[in-house]
Amino acid sequence: MALKLEFNIVGGDFNLAGKASSKIKKKLVQLNIDPKMIKRIVVATYEAELNVVAHAYSGILNACFDPLFFTATVTDKGPGIEDIDKAMEAGFSTASGIVREMGFGAGMGLPNIKKNTDELKIESVVGKGTTLFFKIYY
Amino acid sequence: MKVSELVEKLGLKVYSGKTGLEKEISGGYVSDLLSDVMGFASENQIWITLQTHQNVIAIASLKDLAAVILVKGLQPAGDTLQHSEEEGIPLLGTEMAAFEIAGKLYAELNA
Repeated sequence: MALKLEFNIVGGDFNLAGKASSKIKKKLVQLNIDPKMIKRIVVATYEAELNVVAHAYSGILNACFDPLFFTATVTDKGPGIEDIDKAMEAGFSTASGIVREMGFGAGMGLPNIKKNTDELKIESVVGKGTTLFFKIYY
Repeated sequence: MKVSELVEKLGLKVYSGKTGLEKEISGGYVSDLLSDVMGFASENQIWITLQTHQNVIAIASLKDLAAVILVKGLQPAGDTLQHSEEEGIPLLGTEMAAFEIAGKLYAELNA
């Protein structure tokens, strides 16, 4: 049985952003995963966490530590994504001014996830929320 | 070069995270866009930025950066200090702007 961890993410709470990724990183270190792969995984989980914080009302990150790969499913309640292809473009962002002032919302989150994962799926319903799934082989 | 040596050479202020001062510096990265640092900075680099909120430390910790330098005399937020202590990421400061401090860091590392 692969180890599974679940994290709640609170929309709008930037103070807690990164906490889930920090715990995931500690677990991967404990499991002796190659540090290079840990880096890829935490870039993806951090960006996924941040997307929920910056855009959604609430979300859940399910992390699964399989012996051969890591997967994460991030499900949020939020506005959803109107045009997923557009959201995948580097530089495209719908983030608010305040979020941008903090140095987020540069339109690099999803491209960073794409770059660091082996599989990426996004499903979204406008007005309801988004589910993001990714897989990274160690 | 260790972070502590750089602090001495460039007269940097140490706000917090002293436990990380003996880390070796591999290079530097200058950016105020957090996802840019997340995506492109490398382990043991020093991050030069004007962002002072605590997400800076979250990113520095996840990326195993050597330290963070805040430019133009900008003061870290209270929870940024606390987070830097917890994570052992040195939070440093300078009155110089990013261009100037980056130039000096580059010169030191390539001396």
